Amino acid sequence: MNFVIPSFTPAVPEMVLLALISTILIADTFWAKRFQFATYYATQISLVVVGFLIISSFATVPVITFDGSFVRDSFGDVLKLFVLAVSFGVFFFGREYLVQHKFFSGEFFVLGLFSVLGMFVMISAHNMITMYLGLEIMSLAIYAMVAMRKESAGAVEAGLKYFVLGALATGMLLYGFSMIYGATGSITFPEIADIIASGKADTVVLSFGVVFVVIGLAFKLGAVPFHMWVPDVYHGSPTAVTLFLATAPKIAAFAMLYRLLAEAMPDLLKDWQSLIIMLSVLSLIVGAFVAIVQDNLKRMLAYSGIGHMGFLLLGVIAATPDGYASAMFYVVIYAITGVAGFGVIATLSRTGKEFDLISDFKGLNARNPWLALMILMIMFSMAGVPPFIGFWAKLLVVEEIIQAGFLWLAVLAVIAAVISAFYYLKVIKAMYFDTPEDASKLEPANSRLTIGVSSIAILLLVLGLLPGTMIDVFFNSLNVVS
Amino acid sequence: MLTGFPILSTLIWLPIVGGLLVLFAGRNNPTLAKWLSLFTVGLTFILSIPLWTGFDTTTASMQFVENVPWIPMFNINYHLGVDGLSMPLVLLTTFTQVLVVVSAWDVIKERVEQYMGAFLIMGGIMVGVFVALDAILFYVFWEALLIPMFIVIGKWGGPKRVYATLKFFLYTFLGSVFMLVAFLYMYYQSGSFSILDFHVMHLGMTAQILIFLAFLAAFAVKIPMFPVHTWLPDAHVEAPTAGSVVLAAIMLKMGGYGFVRFSLPITPDASMTLDWLVIGLSLIAIVYIGVVALAQSDMKKLVAYSSISHMGFVTLGMFVVYDIMQSTGSMQGAQLGMEGAMVQMISHGFISGAMFLAIGVLYDRMHTREIAAYSGVVNKMPWFTMFAVLFAMANVGLPGTSGFVGEFMVILSSFKANIWYGTLAALTLIIGAAYTLWMIKRVFFGPVTNENVEKLQDLNKREFALMATLAVFVIGLGVFPSPLIEVLHTSVEHLLVQATTSKL
Repeated sequence: MNFVIPSFTPAVPEMVLLALISTILIADTFWAKRFQFATYYATQISLVVVGFLIISSFATVPVITFDGSFVRDSFGDVLKLFVLAVSFGVFFFGREYLVQHKFFSGEFFVLGLFSVLGMFVMISAHNMITMYLGLEIMSLAIYAMVAMRKESAGAVEAGLKYFVLGALATGMLLYGFSMIYGATGSITFPEIADIIASGKADTVVLSFGVVFVVIGLAFKLGAVPFHMWVPDVYHGSPTAVTLFLATAPKIAAFAMLYRLLAEAMPDLLKDWQSLIIMLSVLSLIVGAFVAIVQDNLKRMLAYSGIGHMGFLLLGVIAATPDGYASAMFYVVIYAITGVAGFGVIATLSRTGKEFDLISDFKGLNARNPWLALMILMIMFSMAGVPPFIGFWAKLLVVEEIIQAGFLWLAVLAVIAAVISAFYYLKVIKAMYFDTPEDASKLEPANSRLTIGVSSIAILLLVLGLLPGTMIDVFFNSLNVVS
Repeated sequence: MLTGFPILSTLIWLPIVGGLLVLFAGRNNPTLAKWLSLFTVGLTFILSIPLWTGFDTTTASMQFVENVPWIPMFNINYHLGVDGLSMPLVLLTTFTQVLVVVSAWDVIKERVEQYMGAFLIMGGIMVGVFVALDAILFYVFWEALLIPMFIVIGKWGGPKRVYATLKFFLYTFLGSVFMLVAFLYMYYQSGSFSILDFHVMHLGMTAQILIFLAFLAAFAVKIPMFPVHTWLPDAHVEAPTAGSVVLAAIMLKMGGYGFVRFSLPITPDASMTLDWLVIGLSLIAIVYIGVVALAQSDMKKLVAYSSISHMGFVTLGMFVVYDIMQSTGSMQGAQLGMEGAMVQMISHGFISGAMFLAIGVLYDRMHTREIAAYSGVVNKMPWFTMFAVLFAMANVGLPGTSGFVGEFMVILSSFKANIWYGTLAALTLIIGAAYTLWMIKRVFFGPVTNENVEKLQDLNKREFALMATLAVFVIGLGVFPSPLIEVLHTSVEHLLVQATTSKL
């Protein structure tokens, strides 16, 4: 048996990232004392460097390497770029939050980078082993991040909860993988698809496999009824970490869902579609109603995130290239808006004051009108009101679900959107219509934060006014794949 | 006029950009905010006049068209244009914007720049609603309008403002999303989002009925029709004066405009089948809401209910055409009804705006809208009373005022359709007279009974100018409505052909 050296070129961004992380990890121990923020800057520069690497070698045709275990395609490249962009935002807000709450340390960024690496591997996975490896690299780093604030009981509890439930979900997923392998005799996605299409696989084992895989995916996405960890973990984690785990991993989880369902098991559509419909409907309903009664913004955003997952799954239900593209668009917009939403908390949070209650936002318009306007834009974007980009995200998934013939789901989704508008309006109401308890001016700890929140909010508006290019990029990336 | 000058885009974006400027430049400088706002709305109004002068009344096709691709992937275009149905509404909007800014001049004291900025942005968006010829573009404007209105009612409104504004937002949002689903469905069927393509696409009966109901959900909430009208009195009572003016004069018209732009031409067969539903709801609005208005003790609420009742005429005039066609077979009666509905929309824009401004004048002085708090205002404010009585008469539909023209045309055509429709609609002339004149009697006449009224000052120059301008329009349109009808004529004819040609 000959050993052929595989082509490393497709994996260059991952390898460069790994090299950078290792360097930063070692260097951090030396420079942490002298240059407090060196790790932060090194991290951000690494993200930018890897981003340029991806853009400069953008994959127009899919390339498979490492004996069929790794794929580089435009779908993956687009998602990776947005993982980088979202992580950049997360670290930006995270740094200020860590400084304010006095537990700044280089580990946050190094762990974050490892997690990003895990996401890259997940996005590029072309067989089940690679997928699993990527998932574990990503998750383990995040478990540690959640529990990083050792003295906070809430954070440790959240970390433990996340770890136990996350491990359970991974177990489910692995169990599903093993059944699929048992039924088809292959771990590589296209091969699995071929064997299923040929009808040689045992359908009973296969359908059990599908169920377990879908459960595992639902856990990772936080779709109802596997969502119970979401509000607790989001709430318990330090906001800097919530910021991360609510945003970038969702992009990776979507990639995993796409690779597993659309690439490996397209012929089992009938089996998994009904499961996804259930997940989607329940997520839409729970996300719409339960968020209304939350008075903590982090919990509210957690439930609203569950609702957003319901929307995302609509695009998957459509199960066409355009349907997946709409879901992909949705998850990216969700992640960007999520950075802004949790970023707002990080922006206003101070030593000793978390600023995560909706009542904290009372009268913000009187205390800081600019920031109030920016938050207003973020909230309306989340609610899906035009002209913000959140509207287009919702429009596209609803459009695709109608194309696929699920008119009732479309109607249900838009009603859910109306109900969820209520709790976003609650935040705006607090900012604009309520009188503040403390009428003093309120400035973020530093003006960089205002710039950060403003640039995302304005981006949401500009993209909303001119969404054409972005939509083109997303829909083309998937049409090349198929 | 330069050919190719994007006049419609200018009318949309000039106020929006101006509004943003006001928002940022006017902080801590209310005077600058006010003058900048006045300049913007003034310029917008002047720029909108070429729409009227350069309008070709002989064609029903779209004029001043602009069309550039917006989202090519989904065939969504930035497609603007006006015809005889939308052009008068655009002018009404730009004109009302001037009123809004002037009326708030020294009334709004808190956060002037946000107030003015919100209204300017709203003005641009409202023009966008009337001129958009792409369904998604239309929807974007339609929904975006909720944002500034939500803020305006919630921030500068009365005591129950938060409840009112949430109700307003959620009601209209819920209505509109069904319309969005209908658009997406039609895109799925036709591959285009162009409203003009929707007009010529074929649709089965079931699809038509569902689409019609989806449209009805959106437009009925905006108009508002019974039984989804309950947000309006709340929103009106709590909104600041200018907010009420914009709501009554323009936002309600969007619902009526929606019917003529979407429901009738896109789903003619469903409109014909379900015309009884709209006619029934319209008659309930006209009669029942009229009676409800009679019982109000708050002036603004009374005028709000009267608005609902008057908008009932608009929907009645639009949908009664099917009955006329059936009973007389002639297009002429139908034309009368439809034109009456359109004239009624424009006229109601002026009259309701004037009524709310008049109430605003009183409210600014006395800080109450309770009818019982007033008596004998005429003794202290003779000029004001003159205008108020004129507007009240127009609201009643006195010949010689604009209120008469539209209502008379609609009632006349209703009689052609069915004697009962006509009778019921004509009833409202009595009810309308009753609630309006009774309010006038209680507020303006009689002896001065309390010392607050004793202290009232008559109109200042700014208010006088406002009232006088509106009076000119109300009377002008009343005695000489033919230029407006001429503008409407060809487009209405075209609309009626569309509305009566089966698409099955």
